Amino acid sequence: MLAQTTFSLSSVNVHAVLPEIIITAALIGVLVVDLFLPDRAKSANAVISMAGVGGAAIALMSLIGTGTHRTFGGMFVLDGYAMLFKFLFLAVAAILIFMSVTYLNEVVRNIQGEFYFLLLTALLGMLVMPSARDLIALFIALETVTVPGFIIAGFKKHDNSSNEAAVKFFLFGVLSSAVMLFGMALIYGVTKSTNLYEIARVLSTKQYPIPIHHADSVVFASILLIIVGFGFKVSAVPFHFWAPDTYEGSPVPVAAFLSVASKAAGFAGLMQITFVAFGSHSSVWAPGFAILAALTMTVGNVIALQQKNIVRLLAYSSIGQAGYILIPLAVVANKSSAIQKEAFAAALTYILIYSFMQLGAFAVVIAVGRKHPDNLISDYEGLAFREPGLAFAMLFFLLSLAGMIPTAGFWAKFFVFRSAIGAGTLWLAAVMVANTLIGLYYYLSVGAKMYLREPKERGPIAVPYALVAAIVLMVIIVAAVTVYPDFFNHFSPRSTLVAF
Amino acid sequence: MSLAWVLTLGAFLFSVGVYGVLARKNAVLVLMSIELMLNSVNINLIAFNAWFRDSAAVGQIFALFIITVAAAEVGVGLAIVLLVFRNRKTINVDEVDLLKW
Repeated sequence: MLAQTTFSLSSVNVHAVLPEIIITAALIGVLVVDLFLPDRAKSANAVISMAGVGGAAIALMSLIGTGTHRTFGGMFVLDGYAMLFKFLFLAVAAILIFMSVTYLNEVVRNIQGEFYFLLLTALLGMLVMPSARDLIALFIALETVTVPGFIIAGFKKHDNSSNEAAVKFFLFGVLSSAVMLFGMALIYGVTKSTNLYEIARVLSTKQYPIPIHHADSVVFASILLIIVGFGFKVSAVPFHFWAPDTYEGSPVPVAAFLSVASKAAGFAGLMQITFVAFGSHSSVWAPGFAILAALTMTVGNVIALQQKNIVRLLAYSSIGQAGYILIPLAVVANKSSAIQKEAFAAALTYILIYSFMQLGAFAVVIAVGRKHPDNLISDYEGLAFREPGLAFAMLFFLLSLAGMIPTAGFWAKFFVFRSAIGAGTLWLAAVMVANTLIGLYYYLSVGAKMYLREPKERGPIAVPYALVAAIVLMVIIVAAVTVYPDFFNHFSPRSTLVAF
Repeated sequence: MSLAWVLTLGAFLFSVGVYGVLARKNAVLVLMSIELMLNSVNINLIAFNAWFRDSAAVGQIFALFIITVAAAEVGVGLAIVLLVFRNRKTINVDEVDLLKW
């Protein structure tokens, strides 16, 4: 299928892009309304943003069960896979808004309208990402997620570390885009198309529009460059350098956004490109992912051991977790469709569960950060005696991130582990177990500090209602998966990205 | 003109850009090097487009999008560099080293 040469507005399936249209309307609304709001009423922007997210969620629900929609000449596809990710992104955005309201009111005050605008813009990019089945659309979606991220990372304008976070994120982000684009240009040069399905057809049949020498090595280079580009986005080692610095320097809700929303969006795009466009070349990219996964897990977890700052600890933990998500992608080379299907579902399930436990941990960090803005791990000593509820929630999220039986995180790791064993990649499964043990140590040491040490400071930490709501919601979600492990696993097979 | 010449130019510009990003200390020059990399991609896309005689002009459209996004990125990037300069009186990326390990 070639890109359409003629285009008219009536050919656009408006219903399929309704969630994106509503978010666009909401973000323009925030931008305009913010102009007329007095400084003390700026948090009203949060209400408009929530309304937009809610409206988009309703629009998305109205699309459930209506089958696969293709529009914009096949560039934009709404199927089960896209639907799953869009619901995740809307949920994450809603929780992020809950988490940010008080923080913004206290820390940034008069420029918070822009924060909601940028958050919604990034959300728009995230919503387009899993639907984008064309290199151009993927690139635009990725940039729409990343560029607002550069700005909100530097949102504390007068804070040197926030500036630094923005500079590092910007330089690495733009560099990775350029590398990825070079790969995309090469693949266009081989296949004469930017549509993922058309690329897949040309690559699997090897019917190149103009025969060229060494087509395979060009495809190889292109896959490599694109994986490197996405490797930066999902902060896989050795492309992770920006992540800990950026998370530590930026406002904490932004760190939560980067480590969950932007990372999940990166994985969504990565899975589309690898499974759809390069599906026939899995023997090229899967071993690459195996090396990346092993490195990412090991480096992330080992460096996390020596952290003093809780945000940095979560940053390295999030790098380690990205390594686990890469495992299923690493084991699919030349395997039966059943194994591929299981691996694909395992990666999706892991992303879903990881998003909520990581967000939960960050919500607690925001709460504690109200009294202890330095976010040191030593600030957590004796937290259980000061704020039992908060300490319990943190312990729960940490245990889940560590993968303790029987928490949600354990099931996520179990599905990934099973896919690695099922595919016969035993060495990767062994690396994973070793890393889970390392992870257990540093997650539990934070837990032990909260429960076993005497608090240095007395007195409760006043936690605002919006934050309490966000934390409780995430405890409920993670607990639900703990009790009913197939909760998310039940959704992931419905994703219809690839017919294995 | 043969396609290979144009692609070589593209690859050369890309390499110059990568070198600039790695070796330059001035943030504005790093930005310019990244622009060089993005433009090398544009050259490649246009060359492929001309080589294919692509009636859908996919390569040209892609290049237009890259130009637009690159402009947006530079806008944001210069704003960030300006912010750093205001707070620190330097735009040397090696001196922006508050956060480590």
